[in-house]
Amino acid sequence: MKLLTHNFLTSRCLKGVNVGYPLKIVLGHVGELPQALIEDYESNEDFLKKVHHVLLEVDVINGELVCPESGRKFPITSGIPNMLLNEDEV
Amino acid sequence: MASSKRPEHQAPPEIFYNETEAQKYSQNSRMMDIQVQMSERAVELLALPEDEPCLLLDIGCGSGLSGSVLEEQGHTWVGVDISSAMLNVAQEREVEGDLLLGDMGQGVPFRPGCFDGAISISALQWLCNADRQTHNPAKRLHKFFSSLYASLSRTARAVFQFYPENSDQVELITSQAMKSGFYGGLVVDFPNSTKAKKFFLVLMTGGMVALPKALGTEASDNSVNYTSKRELGKKSRGKPVKNSREWILEKKERRRRQGKNVRDDNKYTARKRSGRF
Repeated sequence: MKLLTHNFLTSRCLKGVNVGYPLKIVLGHVGELPQALIEDYESNEDFLKKVHHVLLEVDVINGELVCPESGRKFPITSGIPNMLLNEDEV
Repeated sequence: MASSKRPEHQAPPEIFYNETEAQKYSQNSRMMDIQVQMSERAVELLALPEDEPCLLLDIGCGSGLSGSVLEEQGHTWVGVDISSAMLNVAQEREVEGDLLLGDMGQGVPFRPGCFDGAISISALQWLCNADRQTHNPAKRLHKFFSSLYASLSRTARAVFQFYPENSDQVELITSQAMKSGFYGGLVVDFPNSTKAKKFFLVLMTGGMVALPKALGTEASDNSVNYTSKRELGKKSRGKPVKNSREWILEKKERRRRQGKNVRDDNKYTARKRSGRF
């Protein structure tokens, strides 16, 4: 799973969850992220390249996504997050 | 058309699309050709802005054949499917899009307004079936369409190619889509052919725009075709004589309506051979 996709994912489909964003990533170690937004972020090519690398080239292979509201865990196996819900959670 | 060969009648999708069935989608060239053709038509119906990369959602992406079509046109895509076997095939094919395991009847798990469009090839009819006791097709369709409506941008379109079993299913699907806020309707390509006939549900989020024209319906314009009285008289006498020029022209016209590849008519059509052959 690429981080770009993670940015769009929510757990809103769960019963009782209103926002369900952002899902916490557990286990996956994601390389060096710039800690704060720098000022000239629109023109600084070095920074933009880093963002592109993080968003589109880093893949989460194994780990878990955790719903911020209910704590429900969605396992990620071989790069595919399992967003299937049980019958009683819909 | 109550045939027992419909896959929806055999097993739920996560069981029907097992390893052997999934293999077909990466080996059977006929199946792959049909999938690619339908995806290309679906993208055409999406009417995306030209030369602009978009973020698209592929619902029921399966082995990623439709996704490959999106890649070719320079778009980024995210695919959702319920069958892990199909998703494994997609990973083996090394598609560029991101894959998710999910059930569309439980809603699409995305934030509001993040996609520029959505396509779905041969998946929607699965939602009309209740595979478990807790499944209610109308409710599942509503959940699906309302969550999809939310996750699309306000100028987006969603195009679904699907195989409805009967007219009730078409009505159920379109009424649920309209209830969720979508505008749009059904585009039927090659309505006169049994094999080439394809149903596309074209849904729009940003107000009603005229639906795109279906393929293979040139003859059925709003205008009434003029036929002279003499022509009508000819028709009323029944079918033209077999192997005559009229008979061949009629046959060619019929096959043209069915969307088949037919040569143009010219002065050589149905010409008599000289007999020297």
